[in-house]
Amino acid sequence: MFDFSIVTKWFDELLRVTCGLSNFWAVLIECVVVGLAILLAYALLAIVLIFMERKVCAYFQCRIGPVRVGWWGTLQVLADVLKMLIKEIFAVDKADKLLYYLAPFLVIIASVGTFSFLPWNKGAHILDFNVGIFLVTAISSIGVVGVFIAGWGSNNKYSVLSAMRGAVQMISYELSLGVCLISAVILTQTMQISGIVEAQTGPWQWLIVQGHIPAILAFLVFCIAGNAEANRGPFDLAEAESELTAGYHTEYSGMGFGFYYLAEYLNLFVVAGIATTVFLGGWAPLNIGLDGFDAIMNYIPGLVWFLGKTFAVVFLLMWIKWTFPRLRIDQILKLEWKYLMPLSLVILVLMTVCVAFGWTIHY
Amino acid sequence: MKLENKEFGFDSFASEMAKLKNEKHFDYLVTVVGEDFGVEEGLGCIYILENTNTHERCSVKQLAKKVGEESVIPSVYQLWNDADLLEREVYDFYGIKFLGHPDMRRLYLRNDFKGYPLRKDYDMDPKKNMYTTEDDVEVDTTTEWNLNNEGELVQTQHALFTDDNFVVNIGPQHPSTHGVLRLQTVLDGETVTKIYPHLGYIHRGIEKLCEQFTYPQTLALTDRMNYLSAMMHRHALVGVIEEGMGIELSERILYIRTIMDELQRIDNHLLYTSCCAQDLGALTAFLYGMRDREHVLNVMEETTGGRLIQNYYRIGGLQADIDPNFVSNVKELCKYLRPMVQEYLDVFGDNVITHQRFCNVGVMDEKDCISYGVTGPAGRASGWKNDVRKNHPYAMYDKVDFEQITLTHGDSMDRYYCHIQEIYQSLNIIEQLIDNIPEGEFYIKQKPIIKVPEGQWYFSVEGASGEFGAYLDSRGDKTAYRLKFRPMGLTLVGAMDKMLRGQKIADLVTTGAALDFVIPDIDR
Repeated sequence: MFDFSIVTKWFDELLRVTCGLSNFWAVLIECVVVGLAILLAYALLAIVLIFMERKVCAYFQCRIGPVRVGWWGTLQVLADVLKMLIKEIFAVDKADKLLYYLAPFLVIIASVGTFSFLPWNKGAHILDFNVGIFLVTAISSIGVVGVFIAGWGSNNKYSVLSAMRGAVQMISYELSLGVCLISAVILTQTMQISGIVEAQTGPWQWLIVQGHIPAILAFLVFCIAGNAEANRGPFDLAEAESELTAGYHTEYSGMGFGFYYLAEYLNLFVVAGIATTVFLGGWAPLNIGLDGFDAIMNYIPGLVWFLGKTFAVVFLLMWIKWTFPRLRIDQILKLEWKYLMPLSLVILVLMTVCVAFGWTIHY
Repeated sequence: MKLENKEFGFDSFASEMAKLKNEKHFDYLVTVVGEDFGVEEGLGCIYILENTNTHERCSVKQLAKKVGEESVIPSVYQLWNDADLLEREVYDFYGIKFLGHPDMRRLYLRNDFKGYPLRKDYDMDPKKNMYTTEDDVEVDTTTEWNLNNEGELVQTQHALFTDDNFVVNIGPQHPSTHGVLRLQTVLDGETVTKIYPHLGYIHRGIEKLCEQFTYPQTLALTDRMNYLSAMMHRHALVGVIEEGMGIELSERILYIRTIMDELQRIDNHLLYTSCCAQDLGALTAFLYGMRDREHVLNVMEETTGGRLIQNYYRIGGLQADIDPNFVSNVKELCKYLRPMVQEYLDVFGDNVITHQRFCNVGVMDEKDCISYGVTGPAGRASGWKNDVRKNHPYAMYDKVDFEQITLTHGDSMDRYYCHIQEIYQSLNIIEQLIDNIPEGEFYIKQKPIIKVPEGQWYFSVEGASGEFGAYLDSRGDKTAYRLKFRPMGLTLVGAMDKMLRGQKIADLVTTGAALDFVIPDIDR
């Protein structure tokens, strides 16, 4: 399997040895390059996801979706991005200007922050701390603040209601999200994301197989909670366009709205990406213990494995969104506090017992 | 129904009305018609009542008493809850003050409107009510009028809100009110504590217009009241005029009208099931319904030429004969639709989340439904057998075999199921008739100038979401002296406050969707 660290090492040596730069300049240039790469990937993936959502929902709804701009409508999203970029941003009268302008940035920071943790390939992790998983949940919580102060600062009653809903919902679901991740940590004995993926290489080593029943349950709970965390249907209460028009971002225009739009789709991708990383092996290829088969699978680059699995989960989440009606706020909280939260605690205990007694599957 | 009005006199009115309700079981107030009876009699009201056991109807005429400059009638608000909005409507158009009604505000017109437009002496000079670009005056208090012991009119002010109320306007521009309806909602957190409906954002004064138009001209207006029951609405209007003139229709006309009414009902119910899904955030189910509605509209379009505005019935028959392919197209449609209805249930109606959202939401029991005048599928969901097609048959409805769907819970879920099952019943009716359309005239020729003999008539049809009635007072002229429509949605909106108190704001959207009202029909 191709190890991306060859490239990064070569680039590092190019700067330090060939160009003879000091440590400070080398790190600075590397940071800028990596930062640009993240933002570029972020924007491109957003475009891909928005296009995918439009086509997927169109086919679910017996429509064909955008077909006019570009071949099969491929340029439609680019046109929309262009429109969004040149639109005027204006604030509402009597809005709390500081909070109003700050909120979209908080949301996008949380989104880009968690996005940077995804392991794209072997050796291609951007942020890879020893408390990686823990940090991901911490950074994703910043988004709640963004949603809340956007609704609070907009001077709009619908937005306030939506902000309350958003905050309550996201804070609640973060719990079971975190507990599910911890059960994976128990299994791999590490919080470092590269370590978690590394533990899943080899035949039948994906956590969802390794941890069998508790891991499968944890994956399902993670998908539900992650869907709620990303504010997508059937948990799109904060947006609830038929009740609260557009919820907390009702009063935003131009890129202010664009940031929310971007963050919504990328959060979807991040949730799917983390589910992939933690339960479906990240970039680890599908190995079944037959040498020939495994060799072919290993030949496929890790990036393809990672994106393939992630988009499969994204499709699953879209399928859910375009099938189910929306829940009500008390039902959403009931689902979390009465069912998902106890269930995820049970999963945690089950997983601990399994690991302690060695009842995990090792090929 | 030709009206033979009972008259009680001002002093015994309140007690006689109470007797009618409590002793003779006239517990459903169909409508209150305000009318300016002319110089001698002055202003007054006609109350149309129904006994829900025997389905017998009667009408009471009550002239207003002059107290100084004002005209007053005792309110029947305490007897029938739907009188709340109906009396406010009369107050709005005629300025009759209802004694003891706690909320005498205008209903349709702006608060700064001068005069009462449906009075015969109303000055139509546009300078009197100039078009304004100012916002309407928002009133926070409402007035109750009463007579004191000396016979003078005294007013009491009631506050609409308290200081710590969190008031949210749902509408007039809101995705879920299905038009320009404004529900001023008092919230406690997410819980609804009170709803004040504000109507009239699309009020076009259709009843006033009808007093100036000749009878054939008035027909065009009914389609524009409710594009989802365009056929039924016009059926009520041509029905009342034909009854007044005593026109005998050919069998062919009756057959075609029945089929068209039912096609329109299917059209409405398909959109209803779709919109229920949309208001709950299930957009996919919404588009499934829209897909099939196209087929219904295509079938109707081939004959009528219209998709929303049908313009098909006219006094004495139909605008044109049916299309040569109509029969085969309708049969194909029926065959196509039956399995599709099950699909809506599979994708949306039987979903567990839908049940969570619909069950025990917006509940109203049978007694309240009758009192609030919640007709149509919304009332039948609580067990009230109110189908006009069964109780007061018109066209072919007494000759076809169909079932009146009644359910028991009276919540949004049963309202939804009631609509779904009515689609099947409509298909049954159509299939019974479509093969047997008799030969004959599609139009009974009328005189060039249509005049209706003197008298008062009330004719109602089963609209898509309730009873739709037309009241005609003719003085033998070529225009109507008074033409009043009983909208389907007005009483439904009036009942929302009762249904939703103590429920969540999300339930307001659900209940509104499940009730099925169309705003232009309410506002007229």
